Amino acid sequence: MSADITLKKGLSIPLNGEATRKIIAPKTFNNFIIYPDDFHGVVPKMLLKEGEKVSLGQPVFFSKVSPEIQFVSPVSGVLLKIVRGAKRRILEIQIESDGKDNAIKHKMTKLDKLSDVDVKAHLLASGCWPFIKQRPYDVVANPNNAPKGIFISGFNTAPLAADVAFVLDSQQEDFQNGIHALAKLAPKVHLSVSADDTSFLSDVKGVKIHRIKGIHPAGNVGVQIHHIDPINAGETAWVVNPEDVARIGRFFASGTFDPSRKVAVVGPVVGKPQYFQTRIGAAVEPLLKEASISANGQVRIVNGDVLTGVATHADGSIGFYNNTLSVLREGNRYRMFGWLPFVGSKIFSMSRTSLSWLLPNRKYALDTNMNGEERALVVTGEMERVLPMDIFPMQLLKECMAQNIEKMEGLGIYEVAPEDFALVDYASTSKIEAQAIIRDALDLMIKEVG
Amino acid sequence: MKLRERIDAIKKPFGKGQKFERFAPAVNAFDTFLFVPNHTTRKGAHIRDGVDLKRTMVTVIIALLPAFIYGVYNTGYQYFIQSGIAFTFWDALLHGALKIMPMVAVSYGVGLAIEFAFAVYRGHEVNEGYLVTGLLVPMIMPVDIPLWMVGLSVAFAVLIAKEAFGGTGMNILNPALTARAFAFFAYPTYMSGNKVWVSEASNVDGISGETILGSLAAGNDVRYSMFDMFMGAIPGSIAETSTLWVLVGAAILIFTGVGSWRIMVGGVLGAAATAFLFNLWGANTLMSFNWINQLIVGGFAFGIVFMATDPVSAAQTTKGKWIYGILVGLFCILIRVFNPAYPEGVMLAILLMNVFAPTIDHYMVEGNIKRRKKRLNASLTAAS
Repeated sequence: MSADITLKKGLSIPLNGEATRKIIAPKTFNNFIIYPDDFHGVVPKMLLKEGEKVSLGQPVFFSKVSPEIQFVSPVSGVLLKIVRGAKRRILEIQIESDGKDNAIKHKMTKLDKLSDVDVKAHLLASGCWPFIKQRPYDVVANPNNAPKGIFISGFNTAPLAADVAFVLDSQQEDFQNGIHALAKLAPKVHLSVSADDTSFLSDVKGVKIHRIKGIHPAGNVGVQIHHIDPINAGETAWVVNPEDVARIGRFFASGTFDPSRKVAVVGPVVGKPQYFQTRIGAAVEPLLKEASISANGQVRIVNGDVLTGVATHADGSIGFYNNTLSVLREGNRYRMFGWLPFVGSKIFSMSRTSLSWLLPNRKYALDTNMNGEERALVVTGEMERVLPMDIFPMQLLKECMAQNIEKMEGLGIYEVAPEDFALVDYASTSKIEAQAIIRDALDLMIKEVG
Repeated sequence: MKLRERIDAIKKPFGKGQKFERFAPAVNAFDTFLFVPNHTTRKGAHIRDGVDLKRTMVTVIIALLPAFIYGVYNTGYQYFIQSGIAFTFWDALLHGALKIMPMVAVSYGVGLAIEFAFAVYRGHEVNEGYLVTGLLVPMIMPVDIPLWMVGLSVAFAVLIAKEAFGGTGMNILNPALTARAFAFFAYPTYMSGNKVWVSEASNVDGISGETILGSLAAGNDVRYSMFDMFMGAIPGSIAETSTLWVLVGAAILIFTGVGSWRIMVGGVLGAAATAFLFNLWGANTLMSFNWINQLIVGGFAFGIVFMATDPVSAAQTTKGKWIYGILVGLFCILIRVFNPAYPEGVMLAILLMNVFAPTIDHYMVEGNIKRRKKRLNASLTAAS
């Protein structure tokens, strides 16, 4: 089918270890962790103490700034421990499962009869609200805002990311239900699908469908919004991951919070990369065992894809938003004369300075080595090559570093999220941390503009 | 990994909190040349591209080498052919090398010493940009320039054109061209005229050290064929003469994506169009000098491929690069044709456009800001 939007810029990084389309259930494991850091900017206020019993779907903490936003337990059991860091900041909330899954059941009326206020109240009470994030700022949506639209990206182009169509397989009804619910919250719901999409997503009702053609970051919802209906100063848009749309749909059908997740365990050092039927907050250890990690030396376990994910460890858990668990070899090794161009073909580079361009179909076992050190910004044009938006990335980043709010607004800070700059991180010759710069800038905007 | 352990032992006193911590950048500069460091990603993307500044700069050096080696050969070739001495390929190469390698050594020695000093003083790592600048400076000088002038020009360029503006990435002017411009205006007798462009021309009467553009500006005819001009067997600055080998370098830069093809193509278009229009006008010898020849004589090809594309001093926006390139080409021909005091215009054209590159970018960026404002206003009026 033809595409509505064709994006020519970007980069697909050919990594080894794509998940085979096979789902298995890992051995059950009783330890669950909620990471409040998954919800950027939320200051958690605990509702439970250590040792207290908790049901599945019971609120564990709420946001200090917006108390109506609650965060619920993915499992029933006992709140084992609250791990705090510096300044008593909560890092982890550990919950031990009792294996019973006693769930809180909300009373449900038919979705057709619910008003927008009811839908919002249900989402907030059920713990489903944090699945809705907002642009600008890339934080959990403020329920008091009136968004100009809700945007859902029906495909993921990030390296080795879980395949949306596969994850959503046989959830058509739930997905459609979720769309019905979300449609009450905004004047328009946009669903972007890949130009060659053949899944049920292309037939979803009640949404405006956009067919998008392009390589990563074409699947980023922020990039799509920029081309569909860009966010101006003062406007908000909400975004939801497709898997979570189905989850919201299931909640309105059953009245219970569904914490299940299909997680793809992927990466060059994963022996059997495949999908696992698990749930939010579940320990990653059994997944890693089943997927058989094989690496000499240390590995890095990443909640999310290799460009935007958060590093965790073997005792860690699945993050709130992630359906990809990437495993990479740590690149803490020296390479003699590793900077010599035109030597060897095992180094993947966007520039053709390694012989890897001779092998266009090869996949690479990239590791976490920086492949160089931070330097002054010298090379130009590389950021533009990987950002398919009408935005001047280098100029925006420089204004962000200078904290020049007026220029940041002018150059489109409201239209970007850190994930849109993930490839800038990757591609930068000078090894700058573009995502961190954008995140700090967005936090500054929240503080100064709100 | 024995070597690695020995380096780590040597580096120990330069570590964090140790006695010589301040001098760490100087030691690191050598270490990172031997080994790509073991640093891993800490925030942001967990994987990074294989390219870094060292790889980029070394790629540029590789692109420069064909023109450089030909320049070394041509230095000897011009000397022997004009003085009528029988010679072999190796004689020519040796003659050139004896003249040029000391210049390269002085350029690198002086420039890197200043770079290292500033890196230690400012507490940042040594940037690799000078690896290219240091080779470029001798490549664009006349062969008989005294070594102390090379050293002084380099010192001026690195201190005034680069470090005074904040170091690598902040400079307005291309440092290598600044070095040349400094020498050009400070010591004009060594940098222009008809006695400097061939080795020993000022000492030996039989040798004419005139360039093609120089003799054109003086109203004389050209003694060289288009083939000579393209191959580069003509007098000129050391490595600028061979369009063929410059094109090989351009191909490497464009293919690897290290050099901006937009600037190069823009420059060629700008120069070709301007020269072509002058051909049509044809009021004097310079104007009627074939427009294709304009592209292959003098330093135009070298300048547009290796100097105008310096990403720091060129325009940085995509459209800006086109405009910048076209204007470099246009001004190069304008200066050649209208100012006989400067037979070659490419150096001044690039330096002039270096100054205006931020202005070009400014208008590109303002255009983006205006588009966004317009969109905002449109949505506000639609809402009201």
